[in-house]
Amino acid sequence: MKLSVSIAGVEFKNPVFTGSGTFNSGREFVEFVDLSKIGAVVVKGVANKPWLGNPSPRIAETYGGMLNSVGLQNLGVDHFIKEDVPFLRRYDTKIVVNLAGKTIEEYCEVADKLRYADVDMLELNISCPNVKEGGVAFGVNAEMAALVTREVKACSKQPLLVKLSPNVTDIVSIAKAVEAAGADGLTMINTLIGMKIDVHKRKPVLANKMGGLSGPAIKPVGIRMVYQAAKEVGIPIIGLGGIMTGEDAIEYLMAGASAIAVGTANLVNPSATMEVLQGIIDYMNLYGVTDIKDLVGVIA
Amino acid sequence: MCNHYKEKITTKILSNKTIADNVYEMQLTVPSIVKEARAGQFVNLYLKDESKLLPRPISICEVDIQTNILTLVYAVFGEGTRIISGYMAGSDIQIMGPFGNGYELTEGGTHLLVGGGVGTPPLVELAKRLSGEIIVVVGFKSETYLVEELKKYATVYVATDDGSTGFHGTVVDVLDAHNLRTGKVYACGPKPMLKALQNWVEESQLEAQLSLEERMGCGFGACVGCVVKVISDNEAGYDYKKVCVDGPVFNSKEVIFS
Repeated sequence: MKLSVSIAGVEFKNPVFTGSGTFNSGREFVEFVDLSKIGAVVVKGVANKPWLGNPSPRIAETYGGMLNSVGLQNLGVDHFIKEDVPFLRRYDTKIVVNLAGKTIEEYCEVADKLRYADVDMLELNISCPNVKEGGVAFGVNAEMAALVTREVKACSKQPLLVKLSPNVTDIVSIAKAVEAAGADGLTMINTLIGMKIDVHKRKPVLANKMGGLSGPAIKPVGIRMVYQAAKEVGIPIIGLGGIMTGEDAIEYLMAGASAIAVGTANLVNPSATMEVLQGIIDYMNLYGVTDIKDLVGVIA
Repeated sequence: MCNHYKEKITTKILSNKTIADNVYEMQLTVPSIVKEARAGQFVNLYLKDESKLLPRPISICEVDIQTNILTLVYAVFGEGTRIISGYMAGSDIQIMGPFGNGYELTEGGTHLLVGGGVGTPPLVELAKRLSGEIIVVVGFKSETYLVEELKKYATVYVATDDGSTGFHGTVVDVLDAHNLRTGKVYACGPKPMLKALQNWVEESQLEAQLSLEERMGCGFGACVGCVVKVISDNEAGYDYKKVCVDGPVFNSKEVIFS
C-alpha cells in the first residue's frame, strides 16, 4: 500500500498533516502520539516578532464545532527557529511553517529568516479571521491574494502553500489567482467567521465578539470548496475543515485534495491524527486501493 | 520507544449525585489518574453527545489511593455540565488527565486555604496533603458543601453571602475578622473573590497561589484558548499564559485581573 504523497517536490510519508493552530509546534502532543508517524506537522502561525493574541474568552463551543479568537499568539520566528525547529527535527516528519503577518513586509521577514532554517515548506496564512490587518484582508480578494502570494514567493526559499479563506463569494477565482501568482499548493479551508451570543448575559461569548468556526460543522463547506478549486487549478491541495475520521479524510481526497490536515479534532482527541491515518488505511484495505493517489479527485 | 501514550480512558461512573443546589459529586475508578494526581489539577470529561466536541475541565476534589476512586465535585454551569449531571451511575464516561500544574506544597508551618463556591473542591485534596497548621476559609452564596470533608483536615471558617451559615460576608471579611494574616495562602474561586484576595495578600505581605478558571478548548495547551493576563517585562507590560498548562495555579503576584 502506497501512502506517501509528493507535493512541490517534497515527499511526505503519508497524507495526514496537522492543521495550523491546533497543534502548536507539536510539543503538547508528544505524550499522546508519535510525531514520526505524522506526514507533516504544520505549525501554528509564526510572525516576525512575538504576538500577544486576543483577550479571553477565546473559545466558544457551538453545535458540532467551536469558535476561536486566539489571534495568532506566538513567540516569533527567532524563537521558532531556535527552539521549535530542533525539537521537531528529532522526529521523522516534515515541517511546514505557517507564516503570519500584518503586511507583506512582515510575511517576507519571516520567510527570509526561514531561508536558512531546516524546514520543508511554508504555508502563507492570508485567511486568519482573528487579526484585523493583513491576515484575512489579503485572502478575500483575488488581486490582493495574488499580490501577497507573488511577493512572498519571491522572498521564500522553500515551496509555498497558500491557505485560503472560505469567507469569500468566489473561491475559484482566488484559487486560480494564487496559482497564477506562483503558489506551489493550496491549503483549504481556514475557519468560517462566526459569532455566539450568551443570551443570559446579553453579550458575545468571545471577548473579540467574532471568531473562526471550525470542526465537523464546516466539513461540507470545505469539501465543496476543495472540489470546486481542484477542478480549476493544477497545483496540489491540502484539504481540511472538520476532519474527525478516516472517512472524512477520504471525502477530501475524493473531492480533489492530495493530502489532508487534521485540525480541531486534535483538541478533542489528541491522538486524532493516528486514528484518521488508521481510518484511511482501513478504507484502502476494504476497497483494495493500493495507492492513495488513486483516490484523489475521483469525483467527476 | 516508549509506547505509553496518554489516552482517553473509558470508565464506569460509580455515583453521580447532587450534594447542593446545582452542585454534583461524581465518583469514578481511574487508577492511572488517582496515582498521578496532585492537588489543584483537573481532568477532562468528554460528552457522549458528539455535537459537543470539547471536553469539560473539572477540578479534582479528592483521590483515594487505596480504592483508586477519583471524586469530582462540579457545578452545573452550562449545557455541557447539565448533561454530565444527568449521567447515571453504572454508565460509561470518557476521561483524560490529570492536567495542569497543581498547587506547590510546602512541609509544615501554617497554611491558609481560601475557597469560594465551586472553587472549594480542590481544597479537599490539598488540605489532606498538607502538613502543619491548616486553616480553611470557604465562602458560599447560601448553601454550603464539602465543609464536613474539610473539617477532617483543617480548622474551617464558613462565610455566606446571605448569612444563612457562618459569617455573613465574604471570605476576605472572615480573614480580617479573625485576623488570619499568617502562613502560605492557597486559593480557588470566582474571579471577584480572587481579585479581592490578591489585594488582601499583598497588603498582608503573604505569598499566595491562586487557581484560576477560564473557558478551555483542549485542556492540554494546544489551542491557546484559555489564557490569563500576567505581568511581563516585555514592551506591553503583560503577556498571556495558558491556564490549562501554565496553571491553573499561578503566583498571585503575576496575575492581572482585568
